[in-house]
Amino acid sequence: MPRSRRQPKGDRVFKHVSAGCAVILLALIAGVFFELLHGSGQSLAKFGARFVVSRAWDPVTQEFGAASSIFGTVVSTAIAMVLAVPVSVVIAILLVELAHPIVSRVVGTGIELLAAIPSIIYGMWGLFVFAPFMATYVQPALGAKLGFLPLFQGPPMGIGMLTAGIILALMVLPFMCAAMRDSLAMVPAVVKESAYGMGSTTWEATRRVSLRYCISGMVGAVFLGLGRALGETMAVTFVIGNSHSISASLFAPGNSIASTLANEFAEASEPVYVSALMELGLLLFVLTFVFQAAARIWLRGVGLTERVEG
Amino acid sequence: MRRAMVLGLIIGLSLVALAFSGQRATAEDRSQVTINGAGASFPYPVYSRWAFDYQRLTGMKLNYQSIGSGGGIAQIKAKTVNFGASDAPMKPDELREAGLIQFPMIIGGVVPVINVKGIAPGQLRLTSSLLADIFLGRVTTWDHPAIKDTNPSLSLPKVAITVIHRADGSGTTWIFTNYLDKVSTEWHEKVGTGKAVDWPVGVGAKGNEGVAVNVQRINGGIGYVEYAYALQNKMTHALLQNRAGKFVAPTNGTFQAAAANADWEKAPGYYMVLTDQPGEQSWPITGASFILVHKEQPEKARAVAMLKFFDWCYRHGAKAAKDLHYVAIPEKVFTLVEKTWEKELSADGGTLWP
Amino acid sequence: MKARSLRSRRLVDRAVKALSVSSALVGLVALGWILYEVVKRGIGAFNLDFFTKAATPPGVSGGGIANALVGTLLMTGLATIIAAPLGVLAGVFLAEFGRRSRLAAAARFASNALIGVPSIIVGLFVYGLLVVTTGGFSGYAGAAALAMIMLPIVARTAEDMLNLVPDSLRESALALGAPRWRTTLGVVFRAAKSGMLTGVLLAIARISGETAPLLFTALNSPYWSRSLAEPTPNLTVTIFNYAMSPYHEWQRMAWGASLLITAGVLVITVSARALLRGNR
Repeated sequence: MPRSRRQPKGDRVFKHVSAGCAVILLALIAGVFFELLHGSGQSLAKFGARFVVSRAWDPVTQEFGAASSIFGTVVSTAIAMVLAVPVSVVIAILLVELAHPIVSRVVGTGIELLAAIPSIIYGMWGLFVFAPFMATYVQPALGAKLGFLPLFQGPPMGIGMLTAGIILALMVLPFMCAAMRDSLAMVPAVVKESAYGMGSTTWEATRRVSLRYCISGMVGAVFLGLGRALGETMAVTFVIGNSHSISASLFAPGNSIASTLANEFAEASEPVYVSALMELGLLLFVLTFVFQAAARIWLRGVGLTERVEG
Repeated sequence: MRRAMVLGLIIGLSLVALAFSGQRATAEDRSQVTINGAGASFPYPVYSRWAFDYQRLTGMKLNYQSIGSGGGIAQIKAKTVNFGASDAPMKPDELREAGLIQFPMIIGGVVPVINVKGIAPGQLRLTSSLLADIFLGRVTTWDHPAIKDTNPSLSLPKVAITVIHRADGSGTTWIFTNYLDKVSTEWHEKVGTGKAVDWPVGVGAKGNEGVAVNVQRINGGIGYVEYAYALQNKMTHALLQNRAGKFVAPTNGTFQAAAANADWEKAPGYYMVLTDQPGEQSWPITGASFILVHKEQPEKARAVAMLKFFDWCYRHGAKAAKDLHYVAIPEKVFTLVEKTWEKELSADGGTLWP
Repeated sequence: MKARSLRSRRLVDRAVKALSVSSALVGLVALGWILYEVVKRGIGAFNLDFFTKAATPPGVSGGGIANALVGTLLMTGLATIIAAPLGVLAGVFLAEFGRRSRLAAAARFASNALIGVPSIIVGLFVYGLLVVTTGGFSGYAGAAALAMIMLPIVARTAEDMLNLVPDSLRESALALGAPRWRTTLGVVFRAAKSGMLTGVLLAIARISGETAPLLFTALNSPYWSRSLAEPTPNLTVTIFNYAMSPYHEWQRMAWGASLLITAGVLVITVSARALLRGNR
């Protein structure tokens, strides 16, 4: 049966309906942005540009600055991604390429379980179990061996930037890993076989062929994890130490934008205070954009765009 | 495909069934209003208990959720709840502007807790200036001469003091900093009173529970928690010197003493802070928690039901409050409060109380 | 390609395999540790009352999380019903029609940004939209907040998975005369099914543990919910309240409820995958 030259009606409906759903995404993000902008009004007016670099945070005198929160968000997210991305990739490879199918399914389900654990549990586990562990074993060891670096100086209290970064890594790991695993699993067997047919080892086939084939999915997975890390609230709040200060040491307490919001929003009653908190939210928004744009530029520079024509 | 549809049908039907499963719909139920309130976490246990007991008696449901004092104020102003609750009292002009009245509902105490090897609960004595100096970071080790002077009989180790304060905004912090504000000029100038403040030293922990855990973990730690937490976690509390010069322990009795000596009649809008109250037995860091309601009530029946609940709590809730380590509002005070209801509250142009 | 000896290539291969196994072990050890703690602390709370009774205040024994469980199931179910189809369709648009469309590029950007929005801000947004305007907290607002968190996750993974389906598959279906929509829904979906399901499951797992968005929308309640138009009890806010309380009984129930959530999501994941496999 010859196809009509114009798009059949079913197709047009389909296209419009799905476009509508995509528009919803745009509407939501625009809504959130405008709400944050509107809410930040007073704070923007009062503090202006110095809000971004000011280290002050005094709810009594109503002097606020975002520097410590921004710093904490960036550092804890960076630690989390540095730890979690390589581990996710490697575990995904293990699940798809190396492991026995049953092992792969069990381990895969296990990793997905990590995603199911409520974030408050990560927080509580962090506070009651992991922080003491860090304080007793890990931090003293790091301090002894690498204490000459300002990164590892200071009293081993257990709670602090490093602990928060590690727990964040544990939280984003399952998301990235599951998405990466599914991406890798989509690589057609014929592609892999041709690589093996040429004599590559497993690692070579994976690196040069499979990963490159599904790079868009892998990158998407990383963004999934990044988004989670930037916005994670509960777990970080319990273990980051909650101090509005900037320190070079990973052992020191700090705070993140999300943790400041979680801690202080419910109780803030003065309009400027609430507005300053909203402005923090706005800044996180901007930070997310900056991270993504930077990542995209870097990827394009390295020659890997997200569009892979199959 | 068929399997998926069958499963989808089963899930859908179960959800619908669930949606109706909780209904214990009796005729009485359907005519009952549910009162919704939100705010301070300080009184959450006792308000839940009162609501539970009241429902057993009358069937009326009251849903109180602790979202923080700031949240309580915001929600009652937005009229998304029937009453708000705040640990920090609102100033009379703020109340007037928002069209609200406030009244005290319950009293509790904040307790300094420590973790120093060799010191048992109730042994350490702290003066007000000492407490302020510790939290200001002026006194940094437990064997500091100032602490030794106040505690000649104790053997104090040479351990660093780690201050643990609240990271989240809270009414508990407000009461605590209010006390320090009153007793220390340096604190007043540098820090002040607030639900969240710019702490000079120390580590922030989330919630009373977070402070409790951290104090218990860190040798040399000192923090402040609500009385219930100190008791439940069997923490080491310190004695404080009150305005009359006596060292008192945190107990129901000393909280009550602090409340009894307060002059509520002279406080417009019941703006009264119970820290540093006179009296030999008064606990210095006592605080009241307040209820906020609109002067103009939108629904008469609901408003009357709400006031009846509060009245019942005043008259019959003392025992439950005591069980949970709070102090009930004394009779002469709630009599005053009910007169305020009569005077200030109205719905559809008519008075609501008695 | 650099000429390298077979031995060095094999060495690299083996090293990477060892690294992947040890990394997987690290992840599993952490998982095991957390699960162990959750089970250890939570299993003690499991008893008949826990599963069948509504909440009771401190000092009154015999309370449970049954009302919270029902509330959570209802709101999660409603959120999934809203977000899964919308998200999948959005992903379809981005993948199938969006290769050169500016709308698609913007929507993709929006989706990434939405994933990074802290859940507390989502809660506040929905609060402003649905709670203040309707004059009260409700389960519907709670479900809306949860759906808003799920949507971008489902959309992004759907798009990524659909993109990985080779065009040759699409082309052969179209060559047979199938209209675009049938090609997509039939052939392409079937190829990307497993991955898209992962997206939905990840989204469900994500929202099962969220507290902040519900706090400002559904609030919470110690009673059985009669309708979603009023404050609705839910597990996560209950866990938060109980965990932060000084009462050991409540804290144990918090761990118990957390164990329940974890187990619940596991059950959903396993059964969804089994169903998918069965359909093939």
